[in-house]
Amino acid sequence: MSELVVEGLRANAAGEPILHGVDLRIVAGEVHAVMGPNGCGKSTLAHVLAGRHGYTATAGRALLDGRDLLTLSPFERAQAGLFLAMQYPTEVPGVNLLDVLGASLRAAGRDLAAGGPAALLSTEAERLGVPPALLERAVNVDLSGGEQKRGEALQLAVLRPRIAVLDEIDSGLDVDALRAVARRIEEATSDGLGVLAITHYTRLLGVLRADRVHIMIRGRIVASGGPELANELEQTGYEGWDRPAPAEVAVRLGRSF
Amino acid sequence: MPDLQEIFSVAYAAGLGGPDWLQQRRREAAEAFRTAELPSSSEEEWRYSPVSELRLETYRPAPSGGANGAAGDDTGPAAGPGELGTLRDRLAALSALVVTCDGHLVGAEITPEAAAAGLSVRPLGEETEPVGALGGVLDAPADLFGLMNDAFCTEPVMLEIPSGARLADPVAVVNVVRTQSLAIFPRLVVVVGDGAEAQVVNALVSGEGEVLAVPVAELDVGPAARLEYLNLQELGPQATGIDQTAATVATQGHLVIGLAAVGGTYARCRVDCTLAGRGATGDMSAMYFGDRDQILDFRTYQNHLAPDTNSNLLFVGAVEDRARSIYSGLIRVGPKARGTDAEQTNRILKLSEEVWADSVPNLEIENNDVRCAHASSVGPVDEDHRFYLESRGVPPDVAERLIVEGFFREVRRRLPVQSVAAGFDEMVRAKIGPEQ
Repeated sequence: MSELVVEGLRANAAGEPILHGVDLRIVAGEVHAVMGPNGCGKSTLAHVLAGRHGYTATAGRALLDGRDLLTLSPFERAQAGLFLAMQYPTEVPGVNLLDVLGASLRAAGRDLAAGGPAALLSTEAERLGVPPALLERAVNVDLSGGEQKRGEALQLAVLRPRIAVLDEIDSGLDVDALRAVARRIEEATSDGLGVLAITHYTRLLGVLRADRVHIMIRGRIVASGGPELANELEQTGYEGWDRPAPAEVAVRLGRSF
Repeated sequence: MPDLQEIFSVAYAAGLGGPDWLQQRRREAAEAFRTAELPSSSEEEWRYSPVSELRLETYRPAPSGGANGAAGDDTGPAAGPGELGTLRDRLAALSALVVTCDGHLVGAEITPEAAAAGLSVRPLGEETEPVGALGGVLDAPADLFGLMNDAFCTEPVMLEIPSGARLADPVAVVNVVRTQSLAIFPRLVVVVGDGAEAQVVNALVSGEGEVLAVPVAELDVGPAARLEYLNLQELGPQATGIDQTAATVATQGHLVIGLAAVGGTYARCRVDCTLAGRGATGDMSAMYFGDRDQILDFRTYQNHLAPDTNSNLLFVGAVEDRARSIYSGLIRVGPKARGTDAEQTNRILKLSEEVWADSVPNLEIENNDVRCAHASSVGPVDEDHRFYLESRGVPPDVAERLIVEGFFREVRRRLPVQSVAAGFDEMVRAKIGPEQ
């Protein structure tokens, strides 16, 4: 059984401290939602876990089955079983999905299955309703937001990670596409995928059932609970949760805000 | 060491033989060459170029007397079409193939179908009457090297596609340089008649030796004609190439010109595309890749002389190790060229810290009713592209290779004569290094 254990994670984005100690434990098959207002550090959490340049962990650990992801390169993290579905997937001119997934599966020694990467890709594309023509095109280039998100889900399905971080996977998707993507992710969780879904709307949780919901405010998880927490949030909004810790107030005063 | 004027002498030019008109033409150019000087990098057209370091006196011209005469020298048996190796395979089906080796014509083949369609392949050394097409596009040499080509070209070749003719397969002209220290001056004239359509590949190939190649091509695209022209530069690592292509496109004519340049220690390509008739179009594309200490140098001129003319230029290159690249392009719109639509884009990928790349766009516009756009980008592999691929589990070296190949994909698909250009993916792969 895979698990991702995040302990005391502090991180900077572009040199500014954003995460002030995050703890999470996600076990295979579980869906965790991290919710919070804009700028609370949700995307920083996603990027620092994946190892994106410009995001630096300054303290803590992120253990995926005992290996600290924070010491690995982005490629090694991916090969260790982490997948990041991006909020704004990067356009890479001239490189198509088969190039990308073929290279990744080859590196993992998984390219020898029946039909190879191409067959795997077209099977999954059909399940997600991704038109075959899209597979030939450069990844994310001139695609709608919805097509990009389907592409991210498609990659998740083909790569079969142990833990997937979904950064605003619901944005840009219409209702039908959102359902298709959520269904595919749920199938993956029943095969043992652990999910960290980052979102600031409860909309996603209408289609993707979360086992745990965490509320992130100013770089900290201020509350964790079951799915009912999302309903509570719906009533209160984030404001009710925004109670900065005394230590942080001191820091902020000290920096003469 | 004997001086330059003794090696590339009037007497040598006069001894190259051929019909009187051609001899006269060479002699006049050789006379002019006696007093000409190497260009200097202080001239705009040669800015950033190491041209002043060229030691022309270290080269010698091809022995006069044709391929048989050359065989008596140290060149060994003349190369034939069978010796082109992988290039011959990459050229696939052809309407005609012309091969010169060390400056001498060693083979000219034409299929019966192409001959029936009216294609003529004419070595101008066998034409007793002056052929106006030689110098028809380039009435005066653009620089010292153009002058040398006029003076010392051993075997000018003309391809003529008569009005209305359509060739099923490309015509290929391959110039091979094999002998150490040799200088060659290939000259090609392509004339495409009214409404005719043709594809031409002009290739320049050399081995390991220090050689100098100074080719000139003149392309004359007639009214409503279409020419796809691909210039392949596959010189060896010690070779110097100074190449010029000059084209003129008549009313409603369409020229698609492509360059692929990978070889040479210093290799320059200058392209002048003149849109002379109303509604003429000139599409220009190049892909180039420099490594080691190579210097690749490109100069382009999009000359709009007539109304409603279109030009679209996309030059895409990469440099790695300590290589340098220079791109300088000018869009010139004449006073009568209202309704001009001109675009010029140059993208360069820097694959190491030690490379140097210059990109200099210029506009010269004398009419208000025009649309001109230029864009250039010079930079390393985008960190976001790299991260995206690596975060999918693509190993870093493979990610870089995919990004570089992807960077060239658009221009590779735009190149003319796709049957040949498709092979360039392989060329890019070989330059990036072996897959792990």
